[in-house]
This record gives sequence, C-alpha cells and structure tokens, in this order.
Amino acid sequence: MLEIKNLHVKLEEEDKQILKGVDLTIEPGTVHAIMGPNGSGKSTLSYVLSGKGGYEVTDGSARLLDHDLLDMDPEARAAAGLFLAFQYPVEIPGVGNMTFLRTAVNSQRKARGEDELSAAEFLKAVREKAKSLKIDAEMLKRPVNVGFSGGEKKRNEILQMAMLEPKMCILDETDSGLDVDAMKLVSEGVNALRDGKRSFLVITHYQRLLDHIKPDVVHIMSNGRIIKTGGPELALEVEENGYADLLAEAQV
Amino acid sequence: MIAPSKPKLTQAKIDATEARIAAIGTPDVRGWSAEPRSDALARLRAMGLPGARDEYWKFTRPQTLVQPEAPAAAVFHSGEPEVFGDMNRVKIVFVDGVFDPEESDELAPAGVTIERLSQAGSDIHWAKALYGKLETAGQDPVPRPLAALNTWAATDGLLIRVSGKTDKAVSIVYHHRDTASDVMMHHVIKLDDGAELTLLENGPAAARFNKVMEVEVGEGAKFHHVRAQGRDHERRAVTHIFARIKAEALFKSFTLTANGVLTRNECIIEMVGDDAVAHVAGACMGDGDFLHDDTVFVTHDALNCESRQVFKKVLRNGAKGIFQGKILVKPGAQKTDGYQLSQSLLLDGDSEFLAKPELEIYADDVACSHGSTSGAIDEDALFYLRARGVGEAEATNLLTLAFLAQALEEIEDEALRDVLLERLRAWLDRRID
Ligand SMILES: Nc1ncnc2c1ncn2[C@@H]1O[C@H](COP(=O)(O)OP(=O)(O)OP(=O)(O)O)[C@@H](O)[C@H]1O
Ligand SMILES: [Mg+2]
Repeated sequence: MLEIKNLHVKLEEEDKQILKGVDLTIEPGTVHAIMGPNGSGKSTLSYVLSGKGGYEVTDGSARLLDHDLLDMDPEARAAAGLFLAFQYPVEIPGVGNMTFLRTAVNSQRKARGEDELSAAEFLKAVREKAKSLKIDAEMLKRPVNVGFSGGEKKRNEILQMAMLEPKMCILDETDSGLDVDAMKLVSEGVNALRDGKRSFLVITHYQRLLDHIKPDVVHIMSNGRIIKTGGPELALEVEENGYADLLAEAQV
Repeated sequence: MIAPSKPKLTQAKIDATEARIAAIGTPDVRGWSAEPRSDALARLRAMGLPGARDEYWKFTRPQTLVQPEAPAAAVFHSGEPEVFGDMNRVKIVFVDGVFDPEESDELAPAGVTIERLSQAGSDIHWAKALYGKLETAGQDPVPRPLAALNTWAATDGLLIRVSGKTDKAVSIVYHHRDTASDVMMHHVIKLDDGAELTLLENGPAAARFNKVMEVEVGEGAKFHHVRAQGRDHERRAVTHIFARIKAEALFKSFTLTANGVLTRNECIIEMVGDDAVAHVAGACMGDGDFLHDDTVFVTHDALNCESRQVFKKVLRNGAKGIFQGKILVKPGAQKTDGYQLSQSLLLDGDSEFLAKPELEIYADDVACSHGSTSGAIDEDALFYLRARGVGEAEATNLLTLAFLAQALEEIEDEALRDVLLERLRAWLDRRID
C-alpha cells in the first residue's frame, strides 16, 4: 500500500534536517502504529506524505500503490486514496462544514472520473456517519472546526475520513484531547473502516488507543529515523519503561 | 460651509475646474432646482475640482474623473441575467443616464411617489429642502467637489418620497451602451417618520458615471440600500451618498463591486437624532487594472447612536484597494457605538491595499473601534482543503468567498444576500478553466 524508502526531509527555509532516512512499508489491510518522543518527526512525516509545503525532500521516495506520491499535488494524493487526520485540525471561518465535506467528496470523485454524489445521497451518508460519531446537525452547519472543542475537532476528522473512504489513513494523535467515551467512539469509527484492504498508520503517544485499534506492527521513531520495529508488545514496553532504554539501545 | 482657513486655489486647479465647467455648458434647468444648482456652481468654483496633490485624493488619482472628456469605456456583455431580476420590485431603467420608459415599470408601490428630477419643473417641491442641502452639509470638514459639480449639472435622477411601508423594492437599473457616455445623475430620497424603503441599484451606468444620492431618513424610518456596480471593465464611477439620519431610524447600505478601472464610493452619514443606527458595508473583487476606493465619513451628533462600517476587498493581478474611513463623534454625542472594519485579501504580491482609518472623538462616554488588515490567503486553510482533495483553484475560491461573505452578512434581507452570494460564487467559479 505505502512504501517509504530512505526518506530525507529538511525544512525549506532553514538548514534543519528533520527526517534522516525513514524506511516504512505498510501492506494492504494492516494497521501500523508509530510512537516516539516529542519532536522526533512523526507529524513531519505525515505532512510530507500529504504534500504540505515548507519541506524539502533531499533523498528517498514514497509510493502509494502505483503512485509516486512526492511528485503529486496534495489534492491528487487525496484523490489517490491518502488521508491525513491532522494533529491540529484547521479552523476555516466562513466555510460551512457541510459545504466543505461535499466539496471534498465531489472533488475527489471528479478527479477519479466518478459521478458526483447527489445532494440526497450525500446528506444521507453524512447524517448516518455523523450520528455514529455523535456529531450533531448543528455542528455540521457551523464553519469548519470554528469554535469546536478539541475532541469535536478530532471527531470531525474521523467523519471526514469516513466520508472520503480513503485507502491509506494516517491518524496523527487523533487520541489526544479525547475523553474516554470519545476515544471509544473514534476507535469504533476507525475499526468500522477496517475491511481487510484499507491500511492505517496511527501516530500516538499512548498505548490506550492501541487497546481499541489493535496494531499489527509498532514502530518507534526518534530523531528522524525509525529506530525499532516490533509487534504490539513494543507499545506496552514503551508505556511501561518510556523511551530511555530503546534510545540507548539504538545508539549502539 | 467650507472650512474657514481654506488655502487659495492654485491656477492649475482653477483652470481644470473652469475647463470642466465650460465643457458642460449651461445645464437646462427649470423650476425649483435652479437656485440650489447655481449655489452648487458657486461652491464648486470656491473649492475647485480635486487634483493629485489633494490630501483626500492621495491614494486615488482624480484626473480621469475631473478632465472634460470621459475616457472611452468598452461595453461589456456578461450574458448573465440581471442580478435583481427575481426580486419583488418596481424597476426604473436608465440607459447611459437617459430614462427608458419602455423598460421601466409604471407604478410606484403604495406609499411611495417617484418623480424624475428632469421632469420636476414647478417652483415648489419637497425635494428643494434636500437637493444640494445634504451635499452642502457633507462638504465640511472635507470638500467633495465632484458632488457639487453633480448638484450643479446632473441631467436626471429620481425624487423618491416614502410615506408608508412597502415590501416592493424600488430598483434602479443603469445600462451602459455608449462607449463615450459621460453621465451625472442625482437622486433625492426622503423617508417620512416611520416609513420603510428598500432601494436597489445595479449596472455600470456609463463610461464615466458621477452619481449623488441624498437621503433623509425620518424618525423611526428604515432605509435599506443594496447596490451591485456594473462589471464593465473599463467604466469609471464616482458616487456620493449623503445621508441624514433622525432619531431611532435605521440606515443600511451595501455595495458589491467587481471590475471597473476606477470606482470611488463616498458615503457621508450624519446621525442627528438619538438612538439611530447606520451600517455601511461593501465587498469588492478586483483583478488587474482595477482601483476601488471606499471613502466613508460618519458624524455622530446625537445620543446613543450606532454606526458600523464593514469593507472587504479581494485583490489580484495588480488591483488596488483603498479605504478612507472616519468616525467623528461630536461633543455631547454620548453612548456612541462606532465600529469600523476594513480588510483586504491579497491573492498575489502585485496587488495593493491602502487604508486610512480615523477616529475623532469629542465625547467621553463612547465605544469606538477600528481595525484594518491586509493579508494573503491562509496557507494552513488552503492546505487543509487540498489535503481533502479540493483543487487549489477551487480551494482558493472557497476561502475568497468565505472572506467576502462576512461583508455580505451586513445585508439584512436574506434573499438579497443569497442573490449576491450566488453571483459572487458564479464569478469565482468561472475563473476555474
Ligand atoms: N515548519 C517548521 N519550522 C521549524 N521547525 C519545524 C517545522 N516543522 C517541524 N519542525 C521541527 O521538526 C521537529 C519534528 O517536528 P514534528 O512536529 O514532526 O514532531 P512530532 O514527532 O510530531 O512531535 P510531537 O510528538 O510533539 O507531535 C521538531 O523539532 C520541530 O520543531
Ligand atoms: Mg506531532
């Protein structure tokens, strides 16, 4: 599904290397988790994969299915099936959440040469999915993320993901700011999308989320590299002992 | 009348003024307006037409508005249906400033009388108390010579007297057919106490259009004004609204502008009765050879009045936007609530926004604020939209529309607001291949 090779990324404006050779392969239908200390480059990886400006790829490659991701516009990557649930969802005053969702869904369908959803089909789908995420009609009418609580913003990300039905979903700290019940809702939302083909990359600091969304593979990222890869037990180890031992081990 | 310590006019200014006066000749005038017109000519000669050195014209070059000949302006065919075509209205049509009886509706709504300035030949008329009078009051402290020129030489316009309430709007449509038309029109509108009127205006009007509108809003009366200035790329317009607002009255004016090499919209509001409300707003979209100037002057001369200015401009490809806005709170105008917001969205580095917001306050118990900002498109919002699959051009349009929509919110009537919003959306969408 996603194949990242030796990815090196620096800031465009500064001489600061952030990713220093990331290798990561995600098979269809699998769930991978990335953990790692603050500032290790997890969000940067997700941004670079989705095409955010301000970064320069100095080496390496990233492929999504048969697309060379790094050559594509962000909107083309999205249409090809990539989705990023933002660590910090953006507020857009003046653009209604519904308009935003409908424009997004139809833009992607158009880009793939599919028919646009009719207003009725769209409404039906949104209502259904919003309901299961406990997003009320009033929230759908408001401008995108404006005045949403932290948890509401994260649920709104998952609603977008559910509507867009991407192939490769990256979730950047979707669990941060969620209360216990919302965490369950969001996890159920994600699990509902697991269909044996769709893949997930879950960035998190806490094992708790991984109790709900069971990962197949866990990676530890530090200082712009993946320093260790293992099974779900790796997340438990981090939860118990922190990163010190892993970092020390990687130094050698 | 005119600021006391007025400097002597330069010879160049006198020459420019006399050249314009000579080119117009002697307006064909009968009846009650003869006197206010000759007063206006004297006023005009005393202040002289604006020149590039005038402080009030430092951002907008007045040359093409002042010179005797109007620069030619091609007629633009948008192929769009008329913007207010579906509104419940009485339509009055002018073609290059000339009344078109065929295209105009005959009957005024109940409670409204409409006459044409050029037809009002009697010696006595209610409009005599206002024609040129509000304009004169608005000449202090800043002279507005192009308005005096208009009062002197306007060839037509409407005299609208409203004594009741009507849900039919009065809609003035200005067509532009002659590439060389040079038109001056002058409207006088009087709302009696408790009366209500919605006035719509749309269309490019002429190659060069000078329009004055004097409005008196009586006690407890409500005046709504919505205009869409025509899209002819090459047209020029200078417009003045002089409004006098009495106690507990409401005045709302909104202007949508797209295109036009030069537009200067002045709005001079005097709040003379307690508890009155005045809102003036505008949204404009400029591309390329485009200059749009909103110049507003609000005087608070009564207790507990609210004034609000909201102007939004989207500029690209070297377009230029200007805002000069002033709130003057006179001594004793306590509990004044004055608000002024002027923002521009610059879609590229070539475009320019110049703003001069001013507050002058002589009362101590007032709340006045002004904010003026100018910025590029929000990159984070743009990326967020693109990351969801929305193409760059469409995402930019969505954000642009959202920016302008905040000014359109100032229109009270939802149907009118939606009509303009739809029009804007269509204009923006057309830009995508
Ligand atoms: N645009 C930028 N300008 C300056 N520094 C940046 C920029 N983007 C990322 N960085 C830096 O790169 C490093 C990696 O940041 P990143 O946000 O990817 O970390 P992270 O692993 O997601 O951290 P966290 O767990 O706190 O979310 C940090 O040191 C950060 O300050
Ligand atoms: Mg992060």
